[in-house]
Amino acid sequence: MTSTSVIDKLKKTQILELLEQGKRVDGRALDEPREISVETNAIPKANGSARVRIGDTEVVCGVKIQPDRPFPDMGDKGIFICTAELLPLSHPTVETGPPGPDVIELARVVDRGIRESHMIDVSQLVIEKDKSVVGVFADNVVVDYDGNLFDACSYATTGALLSSKTPKWNMVDAVPTLVEGEEFPVPITTIPVSVTMGKIGNHIIVDPNGDEWASMDARITITSDSDGNICALQKGGTDGFTQDEIVQCGEISIRVGAKIREKLKEAQQVGQ
Amino acid sequence: MGGRDATMVLLDENGIRCDGRKIDEPRRIMIRAGGLKNADGSAYIEFGDNKILVGVFGPRDVHPKHMSNTDTGILRVRYHMEPFSVSERKNPAPSRREIEISKVIKEALEPAVMLEKFPRTAVDVFIEVLQADGGTRCAALSAASVALADAGIPMRDMVAACAAGKVADTIVLDVNNEEDQAGQADMPIGYMPSLEKITLLQLDGVLTPDEYKKCVEVGVNGCKIVYDLQKKALNDKYFGNGGT
Repeated sequence: MTSTSVIDKLKKTQILELLEQGKRVDGRALDEPREISVETNAIPKANGSARVRIGDTEVVCGVKIQPDRPFPDMGDKGIFICTAELLPLSHPTVETGPPGPDVIELARVVDRGIRESHMIDVSQLVIEKDKSVVGVFADNVVVDYDGNLFDACSYATTGALLSSKTPKWNMVDAVPTLVEGEEFPVPITTIPVSVTMGKIGNHIIVDPNGDEWASMDARITITSDSDGNICALQKGGTDGFTQDEIVQCGEISIRVGAKIREKLKEAQQVGQ
Repeated sequence: MGGRDATMVLLDENGIRCDGRKIDEPRRIMIRAGGLKNADGSAYIEFGDNKILVGVFGPRDVHPKHMSNTDTGILRVRYHMEPFSVSERKNPAPSRREIEISKVIKEALEPAVMLEKFPRTAVDVFIEVLQADGGTRCAALSAASVALADAGIPMRDMVAACAAGKVADTIVLDVNNEEDQAGQADMPIGYMPSLEKITLLQLDGVLTPDEYKKCVEVGVNGCKIVYDLQKKALNDKYFGNGGT
């Protein structure tokens, strides 16, 4: 995603020394995320949108909703697709061109968190079975980088979907035709919240900032839903976790995620 | 991938699964160390109906050169599925899914391989899925560990992998293709049994906190079963049948 420099290696020594004393470089508690701001309807031309800041990381997500052909075998379900892209203005080491493995993983992990929670009830997004369904496309762009893009993109997508209104289409002569002036909210069943934790030495920290991200030995992203169940998970990085750490991370993600969910609900109400 | 069959019974009243297994029983697993002449190390695994071949080269010169690291060796992994490995022909170009799986397998193997002993070199792991039937990343990771050991590359431990999941409201070991399509959750796990560290972990599907804990436990136990078979495969090649 972004590359590690010699400076990052020097910073790691300092970050690790502080963690040994139970402290973090920016003074946060180990399980404390940075200040999160969620601004919904940031892009009025989209059907739904959100601009999310976690510390200095900033992501804009826009949702576009349009009729599409259903996937084979899935004629009774609408489509949800989520992407993520790192813009070259987000960090000096980001280059233009096709996405690398890091960015592909980012997009797939964000997509999986939303999809596996069944946040959108896609069975309500059918125009005519097997012929035409509603497609919901959530595209994330990272505009500024300071670590933890997984959560930033995830909150931006969730915030954008919560604020999304879908137009209505009817089949006229086998063509989906827009019904003017009718809109309804995208059918939402739950609010998934991802929490990403980094492991540096034997310390587990919530929401690593850019410097911590460059110093991490391993990371884990766990998404929980409104019922406090875990619905998606991805481990990454070059170290492992013990079984106890995995269970502990699950508990942290549910606890921290519950607070962030309230923040997303608040943003939805303000946006309306 | 496969179609959905709503009428299929995933778990019957006797606790028997759609392919006749018990809930804590893995599929048939066969691992062979070696087999390829030109690769520095290789392995072949049959994990249920999965058939996967792994070849390892290195430590060797890094091309392109700018990828080399003066502090340590690098590990490169390519997970690739043959076009004929699944029901509908797969486009041979690497998909986003394959790129992600290559990355998670690489990160799962890195803690096990002592790359720091070989600065400026690369170890290349090529994984070819000849036939896929659910759980390929776990089978591939298990075979890759054996191939690395077969190549004589110093390792801290082998990574054994197996998935656990939730099918018909029950936590089961080693989710197969049908269970993955119709089941409620799938959690692939890669584990280093001697070091007691989880190096690959993913989940899709909804689990309560208790089921989550159980799922990790069941999966780790499955990894231990695979670990014994990995050791046996190396034993068979280097010490004759059932040697020390």
